[in-house]
Amino acid sequence: METLLYLMPIALILGGLGLAAFVWALRSGQYEDMDGAAERVLVDD
Amino acid sequence: MTCCATSAGLAVDIESARNAGPSADEILFAAKKLGDGTFQTDLSVPSMHCAACMRTVENGLTALPGVISARVNLSTKRVTVKWKGDEAPAFISHLDSMGYPAHLTDEFVSGKDKTLSELLLAVGISGFATGNIMLLSVSVWSGAEGATRDLFHWISALIAIPVIVFAGRIYFRSAWNALRHGRMNMDVPIAIGVSLAYSTSLYETVTHGEHAYFDASVSLLFFLLIGRTLDHVMRDRARAAVSGLVRLSPRGAVRVGKDGSRDYIAIGEIEPGMELLISAGDRIPVNATVIDGVSELDCSLATGESATRHISPGADILAGTHNLSGPLIVRASAAAKDSFLAEMVGLMEAAEQGRGTYRRLADRASAMYSPVVHITALATFIGWMFATGDWHHAITVATAVLIITCPCALGLAVPIVQVVAARRLFENGIMMKDGGALERLAEIDAVVFDKTGTLTTGSPVLQSASVLGDGEMRMAVALARSSGHPFSRAIAKAHPHVPNTVRLEEVSEHPGLGIEGRAGGYTWRLGRASWALAPSEQTSTTTGTVLSKDGVMLASFDFFDDLRRDAAEAVAALRDEGIPIEILSGDRRSSVANVASLLSIQAFSAGVLPADKVSRLQHLKTSGARALMVGDGINDAPAMMAAHVSMAPASAADIGRSAADFIFLRDSLKAVPLSLKVARHAERLVKQNFTLAIAYNVIAVPIAVMGHVTPLIAAIAMSGSSLLVIGNAMRLTAGEGWLKRHASLPWTSRKVVDA
Repeated sequence: METLLYLMPIALILGGLGLAAFVWALRSGQYEDMDGAAERVLVDD
Repeated sequence: MTCCATSAGLAVDIESARNAGPSADEILFAAKKLGDGTFQTDLSVPSMHCAACMRTVENGLTALPGVISARVNLSTKRVTVKWKGDEAPAFISHLDSMGYPAHLTDEFVSGKDKTLSELLLAVGISGFATGNIMLLSVSVWSGAEGATRDLFHWISALIAIPVIVFAGRIYFRSAWNALRHGRMNMDVPIAIGVSLAYSTSLYETVTHGEHAYFDASVSLLFFLLIGRTLDHVMRDRARAAVSGLVRLSPRGAVRVGKDGSRDYIAIGEIEPGMELLISAGDRIPVNATVIDGVSELDCSLATGESATRHISPGADILAGTHNLSGPLIVRASAAAKDSFLAEMVGLMEAAEQGRGTYRRLADRASAMYSPVVHITALATFIGWMFATGDWHHAITVATAVLIITCPCALGLAVPIVQVVAARRLFENGIMMKDGGALERLAEIDAVVFDKTGTLTTGSPVLQSASVLGDGEMRMAVALARSSGHPFSRAIAKAHPHVPNTVRLEEVSEHPGLGIEGRAGGYTWRLGRASWALAPSEQTSTTTGTVLSKDGVMLASFDFFDDLRRDAAEAVAALRDEGIPIEILSGDRRSSVANVASLLSIQAFSAGVLPADKVSRLQHLKTSGARALMVGDGINDAPAMMAAHVSMAPASAADIGRSAADFIFLRDSLKAVPLSLKVARHAERLVKQNFTLAIAYNVIAVPIAVMGHVTPLIAAIAMSGSSLLVIGNAMRLTAGEGWLKRHASLPWTSRKVVDA
């Protein structure tokens, strides 16, 4: 049972990190041009 | 031969005047000032579709002097250009020369889509919470007890807080808005269900209870938010596609001062008496009188007349008509707010008031459904109170009833079907303004068509040419190719394979008259008979467009307004559905009768004024018919507003497009029966979904009322019913059989731009 004490925080922190990454991506406008982002991979600058 | 029509005061280069794109003045006028002398211009470039296009457009624009940066948004098919300088760089002609026709857009994309961001954020948070709480719930369901269960419940309660705050507020807000105005919508039972589930679960947690519904309240929001986000994205796509179309009404006009000065003023600043310069290819901004110049006027979008009008000084012209061949100086006879366009807006508003508000299916369903749900839950609570006297148990059971009946399936039943239908229509180049339009379209039992520009293409096609030798034909095509006049384009288009071997010299275009060129020592003219033929050659029978050599007629050309592609099939398909069809046109009787007989439509009226179109539609309504109006002109817009539901082609006037519920971007008129088919199929699926949701409730509610529902059963029942409804909606996509035949409407992006 004591494994729960550190496994649960780890699970929540990892999930939270994912959520934070999502919120950051959303804030920095990365969801505004989904079609363009998919195509820009092919452009080498 | 002097250049007769263009007087000295009109020293406008024909070539530049013919370019229908916006002038540098208009670009500057539409640009957004960013400070420091920097401007931002947003252009719509509909033909971009891949990485190479983006690169070409961005690099091409950045290479222009004065351009600081250019950034393409491929989803909205727009490019945002930042530039410096006194005069706008030639974006549009440069893009055009690279093969990407572009035009100015109205709104700026710089403002982010706030609603979409909020929805995405809410989906993200509720997705994260649903995953984690489900993980903990599964442990509880599989037998965690005592302190462990309490700990899991507490953690679940903590994770659920941001979901209730961020995701829940979208529903709380909408539910509150509805209640405050004394209405009922689907969000009211959702808001009550979610908040009750959360608070009783919190109480359970505090009192070390066994059953907590944190997972139910969170996953409910998660599912519903996915539906809502898809719905928003769908509508946003349609809006972006529609706003990407060419703006046809002018933003302003060039004012000619008393001292001959020129400046560009906004349309709202034009006052009666001002003198305005209208280049060839421009639309007339306000009602006016011609004071100098000769040209031809295309009235098809304004009044529905298919034949061009020859105009000379003294002629009165309507706002919204299109100046075809020569520059004009006109005196404004009315301000924009009193012009033809504004009259139509007034008629539209009147028609809209008469239309009454249409209540959407989902709202009608929820108005019936919500009271039933709430009364059942309340009755359950009272029943258990009397039976056991244990108010805690009574509340728990009543909450379970609310959660089980919570309109997850009902809340998704309509929007999911509409999202799938909109997707289907989108793939076929049809834009839907909102879901209510789809419901109204499914109900129609009459169709009213406009003629010019709707049943027909609105641009002339060469019908017949009198016998023409090879040499004469080459000459005619060579002359036609040097002009942008609709008739010239029709001649050139009818003979695409004629080689460019004729050497013409001194080619000049005479506005309102025709084109002249010299070859082999002769003067060749293509144009109006009264101008091209020597006076001695003219007879009363030779009218229209002719080709002449030194004043002697060699050939004559007849034009007609061609039927829109698939018009006959579309009309036949509607007739097969048993829907009566009618034509209401502002054009001459002979040309309307011609089109009507080609399509074998018996009911038609010609020369109909805009107000009469409205009263015809209103008459249909009072006689109990629900009419679909398909039109494109400024004169159709009020009637479209008065109709039960309306459609317009992408080439329609701005005002017509904004009045329409559906806009089809491709040439084929099959878009009309196709939309009807999709709408009717969608209506069937929505009804099936409602039946499924009701059947589910009939089974689940008694179990919940008896108090046999555990959180596990609630989670399974809710997800199960939602998936069932979504799966049923997807059948609209799976029904490939009947859509495939229509799906091959050829996409001509160029047409959207040309129009």
